[in-house]
Amino acid sequence: MTVMQMHEPWWRRAMQWVTDLFSTPTSIFSPQATPAHTIFSLSMLVLAITLAIFLAVAGMLLYAIIRFRHRAGDSNADPTQVYGSNQIEVLWTVIPILILVVLFLSTARVISVTEQARKPANALDVVVIGHQYWWEYRYPALGVVTANELHLPASDPKAPTPTYMTMSSADVDHSFWVPNLAGKMDLIPNKINVMWIDPHKPGLYLGQCAQYCGTAHAKMLIRVYVDSPADFAKWIAHQKMAAENDPAAAEGKLAFEHTACVNCHTVTGTSAKGKFGPDLTHLASRDTIASGTIKNTPQNLRQWIDDPDSMKPGSLMPKMNLSSLELDAITAYLASLH
Amino acid sequence: MQTAGAMTFDSPPSHPKLWLDAVNEWFTTVDHKRIGMLYIGYALVFLLIAGLEAAVMRIQLAVPNNHFVSPQVFNRMFTMHGTTMVFFVGMPILFGFGNYLVPLMIGARDMAFPRLNAFSFWISAFGGLLLYFSFIGGYGLYGAGTAPDVGWFAYAPLTAKLFSPGHSTDYWILAVFLSGIGSVGTALNIVTTIVCMRCKGMTMARMPLLPWLYLVTSAMVFIAIGPLTAAQMMLGIDRFLGAHFFDVQAGGSAVLWMHFFWIFGHPEVYILVLPAFAFANEIIPVFSRKPIFGYSAMVGATVLIGFISLGVWAHHMFTVGLGPAGNTFFTLATMIISVPTGIKIFNWLATLWGGKIRFATPMIFSIAFLFQFLIAGLTGIMLSAAPFDWQLGNSYFVVAHFHFVLVGAILYMIFAAFYYWFPKMSGRMLSETLGKWHFWLFTIGFHLTFDFMHVPGLMGMPRRIYTYEADRGWAVWNMIESIGMIFQAAAILIFVWNVVRSYRHGEEAGPDPWDAWTLEWSTASPPPHYNFAEEPVVHSRRPLWDLKHPQAPDSDYE
Amino acid sequence: MSAYTAVLTQSTDEWQLPDKGKVGMICLIVAEAAIFIIFVLAYIFYLGKSLSGPTPAEVLKLPVLGTVCLLSSSLTVHFAVAALERNEAPLSSLWLALTVLLGGIFLADTAVEWHELIYEHGLTIRTNLFGTTFYSLVGLHASHVIVGLGMLSLVLLFAVAGKLNSSHAHRLHVLSYYWHFVDAVWVVVFIVVYVLGR
Repeated sequence: MTVMQMHEPWWRRAMQWVTDLFSTPTSIFSPQATPAHTIFSLSMLVLAITLAIFLAVAGMLLYAIIRFRHRAGDSNADPTQVYGSNQIEVLWTVIPILILVVLFLSTARVISVTEQARKPANALDVVVIGHQYWWEYRYPALGVVTANELHLPASDPKAPTPTYMTMSSADVDHSFWVPNLAGKMDLIPNKINVMWIDPHKPGLYLGQCAQYCGTAHAKMLIRVYVDSPADFAKWIAHQKMAAENDPAAAEGKLAFEHTACVNCHTVTGTSAKGKFGPDLTHLASRDTIASGTIKNTPQNLRQWIDDPDSMKPGSLMPKMNLSSLELDAITAYLASLH
Repeated sequence: MQTAGAMTFDSPPSHPKLWLDAVNEWFTTVDHKRIGMLYIGYALVFLLIAGLEAAVMRIQLAVPNNHFVSPQVFNRMFTMHGTTMVFFVGMPILFGFGNYLVPLMIGARDMAFPRLNAFSFWISAFGGLLLYFSFIGGYGLYGAGTAPDVGWFAYAPLTAKLFSPGHSTDYWILAVFLSGIGSVGTALNIVTTIVCMRCKGMTMARMPLLPWLYLVTSAMVFIAIGPLTAAQMMLGIDRFLGAHFFDVQAGGSAVLWMHFFWIFGHPEVYILVLPAFAFANEIIPVFSRKPIFGYSAMVGATVLIGFISLGVWAHHMFTVGLGPAGNTFFTLATMIISVPTGIKIFNWLATLWGGKIRFATPMIFSIAFLFQFLIAGLTGIMLSAAPFDWQLGNSYFVVAHFHFVLVGAILYMIFAAFYYWFPKMSGRMLSETLGKWHFWLFTIGFHLTFDFMHVPGLMGMPRRIYTYEADRGWAVWNMIESIGMIFQAAAILIFVWNVVRSYRHGEEAGPDPWDAWTLEWSTASPPPHYNFAEEPVVHSRRPLWDLKHPQAPDSDYE
Repeated sequence: MSAYTAVLTQSTDEWQLPDKGKVGMICLIVAEAAIFIIFVLAYIFYLGKSLSGPTPAEVLKLPVLGTVCLLSSSLTVHFAVAALERNEAPLSSLWLALTVLLGGIFLADTAVEWHELIYEHGLTIRTNLFGTTFYSLVGLHASHVIVGLGMLSLVLLFAVAGKLNSSHAHRLHVLSYYWHFVDAVWVVVFIVVYVLGR
């Protein structure tokens, strides 16, 4: 503890502890983009109404079981037998209906505002394809293909540049959920779903797959990097380039191109054109591998290539059964793909 | 023979039996009371097993990145837990009580089709055994064998042969299919019995609410189980004959499975909850010492719930891309169903109001039910708002919501029903002391686990994940939830001990230990196999009240 | 008085409730109808969505003979019930035999149709979405016809052995409800598959 902390009053430390308890990078109550903001406002209304109903009804229930309990010393005679009252039935039918009208109309408005929003001319288009257990991201207008780490430009409310994501799946159902940015949308094979995100604050936003998709469902994490427009442009320019050709990694490149790696992976500018696994062209520019679950260091990368199942059980990438030398070389090559 | 006032009771004759004779009797019985108890006993065994599966999950989730079980085992745990609890605990136990009580409450001697009744039980039971046999295949029990791992709602195309090779999904299909046949058979029996075998004077308007709710439940079974059976036939045809119902490569639709499943799945949860309401309708009045408030409104609300529940299914699919019209419609329908449901809660409140409430064990479970069902209904209203569901759907918030309904409402009323009708079924009272321990321990555990479970949902934790990252802030909440599980486990063990011990050593109950008003309390405990010495004749909704209060019978006021 | 009012307003002297057999069979019919509706919905949903292979218009012909026979068999089974109610067992046997025969012709017609579809047009359950939904729906119906024919044949057997009389009319009546249901399903299947879907 620092000197400062030692002198902090206990109640402030307690409050901090409580706040920390609720601190999370994936809270639905910290919206950082539209439509998360819109949903948040609706949720506050819904919570307020349901809380009021709860307090009223639970209050009456509590009162009833205390006030009308059989006390010791009471006679055992049964109380007045009451069979019902039509007026009361009408009352507690009409009042809930009125509450629901309010709730429904507010909800319908949010549905419309979100799902029927007009797409601005400078919206960015991203295609998202779900796989067991990684995310494929394509920027068709910009000619960029990447995986697992999604970059979006921050949007200026005065001249919005939201990102429209066209989503489907290559295999089973998945769901894209980044709570700080938007509600979730499912990725369903043979179906196209569209959702949009209008982020305002640059930063890293976390999420994960929210539809059970198989063994490694829990490890299909999402990382969304909202960049300032300038940073985003830089990132795009970099991603558009063909793969780096570092002469120091030539041995690894040769090994890579002659192993089964190329059956599943693409590295633009080489003979690797596989589509089953993530695009590796700029693998070394990413913070993580294995869809956000492992830090992208050469050591981790080496272990991943050697035995993916040991780090992400259920992963569909097979053990490559490479010799130690081949592993070193290929790891060095992949680590050079900035 | 005992006599009390105008009523006479027959005790069943007792004679010594070989245990083999006793087993044979139970295996070949067509008596609705025996079949009811078979269903209940069977369901209790599966409750313990599915509870163990939940315990395994809670241990695995107690800390982030845990290695208690592999993801493969965990995925089998949640699939088996859900499938078992819905089809081999919920349905059997509720049909078990229905089987036992409906003929007695309407003054009949048995169900309309006793042999169909027995067949329905045994085919459901076989389904359960088949489901659990799946653990033994493949890698064997430790590696959780070939038990299904596709989730209890088995979304396509994860269930296609391509993504689920081997036989695990086939076990799921067959077991649930057989359970469905049993459910339809029992529902058919219940409807026919109620419509065709009520005793003299018992018009539909004089029937106790329990049979009314079972009537609506059974009608819903006919309409809801069909879609599930059909969908499973289709999945089976896909997997075994190479058909393409849900084969996306051939143009099939994954969303079609979801529609068919939830057209079953949503009414199913009302099929599970209406019997719980039925128990509340019988127990709360007796321990408030007043009749149920608003009998007609309760019947009307139940029928409304039955109808509306057939039209809300896609609120399980708000994130699937139904489009704004679909999302708006299903939001509206789901919100509407809260009106008759609310009416029920208010009528129970009004029944308590002005009463002289006695807090016997059945009643304390019922009171907890009222509070917990209220909360469950309110979180349901939250989820009905589609945009809110876009955040909360498929998260632990939903898991918390439906466990509030399934455990907090349904299981609590099942416990209440146990304490209330066990004396009738066995002739002995369950221990009130153990009952109070059971209640308080379970309630502490229930709230530790499921109140706090809402929080990780609001903090972004999806469901069906075998572990989670440490940096998400979910760890403390998961730990609390896992601790709650320990209390619940202890409480269930106390309950089982109570049942086992009281069966032989409990205080003798007599025919009417609770001073109640419906026909089952007019005969001995346990009833003779012919139920009533003479067929009853009734003139009001509470025939025993009329007999006990000849100066102010209900028939004067109805 | 309708059965409904009879149930509500009767005095305890004449306490008459509906018949168990009929109520039970109606329940079963509702449950089975739910299954069929889902198969019909799947058929309709997938119309025109097959990625390849034969289409309904290309290969389906109106099954006139089978349909006429099956629908007539509803009439004949009705006469069989009426005859048995009048204790005219031999006449009832005749109508029953006719019912079984007509049902049998329907099945044979279906078999011929399927043989042609499989061997001449190459349409099987795994060919495409049309094949899948067609064979499942029509097959599910045919299996219900087979069960119904089995039950009717059993009754016919008893009838021919001279064991049937008017006390059994009620059970035959309940069975006939099932048979009428099977026919009603065929009307729906016929319209959806052979008329609207082609």
